[in-house]
Amino acid sequence: MKIYAALSAVTLTALVATTSFAVEPDEMLANPVLEERARIISQDLKCVVCQNETIDESSAPLAQDMRRLVRQRILAGDSNQAVLDYMVDRYGDFVLLRPRVTGQTLLLWFGPFVLLLLGGLIVARYIRRPSITTVQALTPEELAEVEALTRDPNTGNEP
Amino acid sequence: MSDGTPKTNSGRLTAIAPILIALLLVAVFAKRLIDIQGGLDPNQVKSVLLDTPVPEIDLLPLPGRGPGLTTKNLKGEVTVVNIWGSWCVACLSEHPLLMKVAAENTIPLHGIAWRDEPEASLRWLARNGDPYNLIGQDPISEAAIAFGVTGAPETFVVDPEGVIRYKHVGPITITDWAETIAPLVEQLRQ
Repeated sequence: MKIYAALSAVTLTALVATTSFAVEPDEMLANPVLEERARIISQDLKCVVCQNETIDESSAPLAQDMRRLVRQRILAGDSNQAVLDYMVDRYGDFVLLRPRVTGQTLLLWFGPFVLLLLGGLIVARYIRRPSITTVQALTPEELAEVEALTRDPNTGNEP
Repeated sequence: MSDGTPKTNSGRLTAIAPILIALLLVAVFAKRLIDIQGGLDPNQVKSVLLDTPVPEIDLLPLPGRGPGLTTKNLKGEVTVVNIWGSWCVACLSEHPLLMKVAAENTIPLHGIAWRDEPEASLRWLARNGDPYNLIGQDPISEAAIAFGVTGAPETFVVDPEGVIRYKHVGPITITDWAETIAPLVEQLRQ
């Protein structure tokens, strides 16, 4: 039990440790409300150097400068959307971690659902397919044939 | 009557569908592979700044080295702007080419010293040669972000109206210069 507890403690620490942030204390805005907005915006912006990190978690120098710029724009009175637009104007949609829904990204956003639907339809069809082919009534000719075959050859009578 | 069920049209379709899908995928991947062999870089994102005016910049000079770099300097003639830093290893590989371009003295080549200590920039230029006409310091990436830069070196060709016409990511090779940048500069001059 002790080992188990120790193991879970280690695992938990590891999990917590992965959600570290790169924002340095001297970067932060004095106003906590504005700082909170900066954090929210930063989590939507991609570090263009390291690409799979947000600028909020990246310690790359360029990410740090982008964080500073985000805070500058907030202090200049920009709305969250305006700050994101400012970055998109320079880096394109590429800088957003959550791609916008545009003609170009329709497939990206809805493709999986279309595939899911398609797969579901195929599965539904497969499941509903009768496992035994429907029995069709014999034609009079077939009936006659069956009768002939099952007739006792010796007596000429049905068994 | 081998399996007892007559083949319907839709039954046949379900049978070939996987093959068709597989062939389609092969075609898509093959096209992509051929494009990459042909020089397409899938990691390169087309700059949204192409064909837009150069951003407003007003950068300080390196100490003791003439004026800095402002948007004004990027208007009136075709210019080439190179983002560089003394810390940038890849910049060294394109440097001999930039020196050669500067020696020909046919086109203004301006530098943006990105996120660099001014003394380090100057030392680097003293050691490797200084091909730049004007240099502006960009210590906190103001110009780099305005130009949508993702890494050094990056090079921009700006037309006489101050509109960005070309962006090159990474070191420029002799081929890049001879086949793409030099002809573009010629064309923009007319």
